[in-house]
Order: sequence, then structure tokens, then C-alpha cells
Amino acid sequence: MNKLSLLVVVFALFISCGKSKSDSGEDFSVPTKSEEVAPTEASAYDPNRGEGKHTNVELGATLDQAMAANGEKVSSVKCTSCHKMTDERLVGPGWKGVTERRKPEWIMNFITNPDPMIDKDPELQAQLELCLVRMPNQSLNDTEAREILEYMRKNDGVK
Amino acid sequence: MKNRFLKTAFATVLVAAFFASCKPKNSSNAVSGDAASKVYVAPGKYDEFYNFVSGGFSGQMSVYGLPSGRMLKVIPVFSVDPESGWGFSEETKPMLNTSHGFIPWDDAHHPEMSQTNGEVDGRWVFINGNNTPRIARVDLKRFKTAEIIELPNSAGNHSSPFITENTEYVVAGTRFGVPGDYEPGDVPINTYKENYKAHISFVKVGKEGEMDIAFQLRLPAVNFDLSHSGKGKSHGWFFFSCYNSEQANTLLEVNASQKDKDFIMAVNWKKAEEYIKAGKGKREKARYAHNYWDEKTHSAVSEMKEDVLVLDAMALKDICYMIPCPKSPHGCDVDPTGEYICGSGKLAALIPVFSFDKMQKAIANKTYEGDYNGIPVLKYDAVLHGEVQKPGLGPLHTEFDGKGNAYTTMFVSSEIVKWDIKTLKVLDRVPTYYSVGHLCVPGGDSKKPFGKYMIAYNKITKDRYLPTGPELTQSAQLYDITGDKMQLLLDFPTIGEPHYAQAAPADLIKNNGQLKFYKIEENNHPYATKGEKESKVVRNGNVVHVYMTSTRSHFAPDNIEGIRVGDEVYFHVTNLEQDWDVPHGFSIKGAKTAELLIMPGETSTLKWIPERVGTSVFYCTDFCSALHQEMQGYIRVSPKGSTIPLTYSVGTNTPATK
Repeated sequence: MNKLSLLVVVFALFISCGKSKSDSGEDFSVPTKSEEVAPTEASAYDPNRGEGKHTNVELGATLDQAMAANGEKVSSVKCTSCHKMTDERLVGPGWKGVTERRKPEWIMNFITNPDPMIDKDPELQAQLELCLVRMPNQSLNDTEAREILEYMRKNDGVK
Repeated sequence: MKNRFLKTAFATVLVAAFFASCKPKNSSNAVSGDAASKVYVAPGKYDEFYNFVSGGFSGQMSVYGLPSGRMLKVIPVFSVDPESGWGFSEETKPMLNTSHGFIPWDDAHHPEMSQTNGEVDGRWVFINGNNTPRIARVDLKRFKTAEIIELPNSAGNHSSPFITENTEYVVAGTRFGVPGDYEPGDVPINTYKENYKAHISFVKVGKEGEMDIAFQLRLPAVNFDLSHSGKGKSHGWFFFSCYNSEQANTLLEVNASQKDKDFIMAVNWKKAEEYIKAGKGKREKARYAHNYWDEKTHSAVSEMKEDVLVLDAMALKDICYMIPCPKSPHGCDVDPTGEYICGSGKLAALIPVFSFDKMQKAIANKTYEGDYNGIPVLKYDAVLHGEVQKPGLGPLHTEFDGKGNAYTTMFVSSEIVKWDIKTLKVLDRVPTYYSVGHLCVPGGDSKKPFGKYMIAYNKITKDRYLPTGPELTQSAQLYDITGDKMQLLLDFPTIGEPHYAQAAPADLIKNNGQLKFYKIEENNHPYATKGEKESKVVRNGNVVHVYMTSTRSHFAPDNIEGIRVGDEVYFHVTNLEQDWDVPHGFSIKGAKTAELLIMPGETSTLKWIPERVGTSVFYCTDFCSALHQEMQGYIRVSPKGSTIPLTYSVGTNTPATK
């Protein structure tokens, strides 16, 4: 009888331990999320446009040579340490074909507002697993961002 | 039997009384239950105040958050700082230049925040270098030392760098009486009274903070100790405490403590300005360095000045007046209204409080009791507002809360005493642990104190912290002063020996247009490399300039060959990042300097003279990304006279094939 009661107590102890763990409802296999990223926001994310101030970017039928030339200058200071013009990855992916893969709004938003997009965009998160370096905010103004986009278009063969 | 019992009892009471009077109450009595919640700042939340604390003999200035007491930063000022490359990088070396050459250390005592209209404005903090007399200005947009000016004709710049209410001037005074630099100094020391003088400096502060010595006052050889400017009605006046009016030159401990009263010297600096305008100043030969940081070139400039304007305040009778003050006064503090001047005679058992209005009347009526080496001495009673009786032992410094209360530290009795400025009644006292020196109330020496907290800066911490060998930590203690009773909340350790400190609401500083990174477009460093395409290595005789960039996570170039033993190699590293909080480090094996810590958009230079043939390496020291450990490079060092060509590259130097 005594032995039995001891067993019961020990058993109860185990149960209570196990129970408290499952009660906490935490799943430690999932990375901790920072407080600012509310799940509802993530679901509102538009993977075509990205997130940022650019909702509608007008592209010319032909290339704006002057803009592209400026874009090349700016990117040589702020971008090309990490991005090649080919499709080869350096720190980040090469730029070849980016204007075909991505909408202009997405590109403009990403290069001016990288942090929130890396947090929400599933493809950027996949990219991060490859590159392991978050693309930094290089403080581009809107004109510079647009010029870089034009330079990317030039790189993709727009005449 | 009865007798013996009585004797023992008496002795016990005596001993108990002795301990009670000399040792503050146990700390457990002093901390009440809600202290923890008052200082708890939750993870991720900001503190309410910035606290700028002197680093004492570390030569630096530390920044804490209040009420948590968390250290946020140590700003390198007068001492080299290998962590940031301060004093080691080519750009920062000129900041520590003096008329004696490069000096790697000083003793920093008193931070003083800039003011506009008598209120703390969050632009700059000034701090004094005590040993090789200097004043530094720290820019609060960058939390970086922006300027250092040396002071001629001085030794021991202690009564500094206090400011006038619109930061028109920052002052300096000599702690030692010494012959001026323009006078013969090679004289017998016991001719002190004849050959020694004292100079105090009024340093003009420009719109952008730039400092220039406007004039110096030539004075009798006393020891100037501390100072504060007048404010409001007393704006235009400055007050300096002085001791050693005995003019002793040896065993000052005894010989400078002879007289019952020394002085607080009142300086009418507007009058001095008039005399300067009237051409009464004399340009004297001097040699002192003026160093400033050029934001555009990311480099310090050091220039040597060759003369200084001196006004003889002993000959011009109406600039300075001596107010007798008991005994060897230390702190010299002016209340927020500008009416009351508190002298703290560190050997006196009372705190004299002087009245500005009475002083004006005494000067108008020439109510003098004589003169001191040509300076009129006002009658004590004619200037005195009153004395705080029996405040404690060893009064040192006073700050104000803007509600009519003064708080004075008592070094000998280890306590802070709160008293009413008008009635001079002691209202409350709290123990400190131990031997408190300075104290700080946010804005506590301005026209508009922010109040709420008071911080004590203690000289001795015996038994307060885990012991660390013979040297124990320095420390501060935080008190809540919102109620009638002061309440001890927190102990926190500090660097160096904390002297004075100042504090201001966080918003005033974090919203002052703080810099997050240097714009790469505005980087005018002569060796800036704006983009990897521009990176290169240039040889000019035995001088080699490496134009290098850093970004997450590689350097360009990262392979360099053709460097020879004995070359003078300059690595000019430009951090191409344009984002907050992404510095890169740069260090090279065997370099006899320190690392560089390069802020985003900044260019810094490390000089290296290779001494060994072989392969040297460099790497990034500040963890910058997941590939930080890959951020490294190689330099091939060949013998002197080697013909191996200079080559450099990043990413293209592929493995050699046979």
C-alpha cells in the first residue's frame, strides 16, 4: 500500500511536469518572432508589389539612357560590392534578369525598404537562407532608386 | 560590581554612539520596498534620462541611462581608446596634440552641457582635461569629441568647463598658482609669492560650438577650485571658489589651511569685455593647440596658436571682487534664480550662502574689508544671505531641484543634505555609501532643473560590491527626490573616478537630429573610396596607399602583393554601408596601433610598417553578418628591394594552375 501510494505520487509528478509543458503551448521548433511583426500584417503582404511607398512605377517603352547612367554611378557606390551584373551570386544574387522576375514596384520597394520585406516576403526569406546576409538599407532616395531600376533594365537588354 | 557594570555600559553606549555618528545607517534600512520598480526599465524600452558622467582618471566620458543605471557608451575624449582607434588612427591622432606634442591621457572631471537661455539645450557636453589643461567639446548628434583646446598659463584645469547661460563662454581656471608661460618660470619655488600668478580663461563658444580663448584674467597666485556662472539677474557674472589664499608652496595640507576664510571670487565678465574693447588687454606670447574634427573629411585638424590676450585684473580694479568664504571652499554653486551663491567650505561646519543683490549693493557702496593683492575684498556680513548651520561634515557640492531646495554632498559624514535655500533650514538627509563627492540633479545647475532624480558620485565603495582585489569599483547612487524625503533607489558602478555629471531628458537628445550614419556622398576624405571599382593600391616611393572598401562581408581589395619590408603602408578603409549600427572593424597582424572601427559611410586610416618577410593578414573585428568570419584578406610582404610587382584584387585571384 505504501509502495503503491509512492508510485502514484511519482506518477503524478511526471504527469504534472508533462502537462505544464504542453499547457504552455509553445513550439520551440519555430523561430521566435520579434514583437513588431504581427501575423495579420504578414497575411496582408502583397508578394507582387512588396511593401513600401511605391504602388505604381511607370516604365518607359524605351530605356532612359541618362537615368541608367546615373543608376550605374549610384550602384557602383552602394550596390555592386555585393551584386554582380551577371546571374552569378556574390554576396547577394546577380542582377541579370531581375526586371523580368520582379515587378518594378517590388524592386523599388525592396531597395528602399528592405528590412520589413525580408521579414515578410516568402521568397526573400528563402533567398536569405542562401545568402545569409540581410540586404542592408543603403539609404537610397526615390530618384536614386528609380535610376538603379533603369540601370537594371539596361542590364536586362532594354534599349 | 555595580561600578564595573556602569563602566561597561557607559563604554558600550560610547562605542555605539561613535559608530552611529561615523558610519551611515545600514543600507537595508535605507532602501524601501518599491525601489526596484522605480528603476526597472523593461527589455527593449528606453531610459528616461541620459546621464553624462566624468570618467575621472580614465580621461573619458561615460553615458548612462537613468533610472536603470545601464551604461550606454564610453565616449573617448582625452585618452586613447584602442577599441575605437581613437588616438591610433591617422585621422584622430591630431585630436590629442598639445604644445607638448601627442599626449595619450588626461584626467577628466566635469561634464557641462550647453545651455540656451539658461536651459539645457542638448547640443554639446564640455569636459575639462585637468592634467595638461584642456577643454573638450563633445557633439551630442554624434556622441563624439568634436574639439579640444589647450589652455596656456595654467596648471591643473579644475574649475572648468562651466558655461554662461547662452554658452557664450566656457571657462577654465588654474588649480596651481604658476608663473605664466610668458614669464620666467625657471625661478626658485620659494619665491612663489613674488613670481607665481594665476590665470583664468574665458573661451568664446561660436554658433557651431567652435572654441577660441577670448581672454585670460591675470590674478594673484591662489588655487582656483570650482566655478559656476551667474544666471538670470546675475548673468554677466562668474563665480570661482579659491583656496590657498595663504599662497603656500609646500605641505598645502597644513599650510593652505591656515586662514579662517578663503574666497569666492566674483568676476564681472561683461566689464572685462568692455576693457578688452577699450584695448586694455595685452597680447602675450603663448603656445597652445586647438584641435577640431572636420565632419566633411572625417579627420582632425590641429593648429598651434601663438599668443593670448591677457587682462590684468589686479590692476583693473572693477573686474573681480573677493567674497570671504570659510574655509578652503570647494563647490561654488548658483541657484536657479541666480540670486544665491553657495560656497562649500570643505573644512567648515556650515554652508555660507551669498546674495547677489547684497553683493551688488556692497560693491556700489564699496563695503570692503581691504584688498587681496590688488583685488577688493567685500565684507562677509554685507554679502551673506545666511549660513546653513550644522549641515554635516565636509560640504562639497550643491545642486538644485527648481522648487527652492538645495542638495549638498557631505564628504566626511557620507550623506546628502536637503535644505531650503531661503530659510536655510535642513529638511532631510540621506546616507551615501561612501564619501560622496559630486552629485547631479538633471539640469541641476541650470535655470530650469528637471528634478525627479538625484545621483551621488561616491569616492569609496568598500563593502558595496563583490570585491575585486585591492581596487574596487567606483560607483554612483540614484535617489528619488520627488517627495519630501529623498529615497535611495539604486547603486551602479562607474568607470574611472566619477567627478561631476550632468543629466537631461532623453527626448532632448535623441530628438536633436542624431546622426545614424555618414552619407557616403558627403564623404570628402581625401582617400575615400566610393565604390569597389575605385579601390586600388598606389605606391609612391616607400609610401603605399591602400584605397579599401568594406561592406558585408568583404574588403576590396582583399589580396595585395608587392608590399616590401619597411614600406609605410596606409590602409584607408571606407565603410560603404549606409545603414544604422553597421560599423566594420579593421585590424592587421603585427600593427603597432589598434583596430579601426569605421562607422557606416566613414573613412579611417591605419598606418602599418611591415617588419617581416612573409604573409600578413587582416580581418573585420566587428561582427557584421553571418559571413563576418569570412571577412578577411592577405598581404604578401617581400624583402626590401624586391621586384615583385604591386598587385591587388578581390574575387579574381583564382587558384594558380601548374
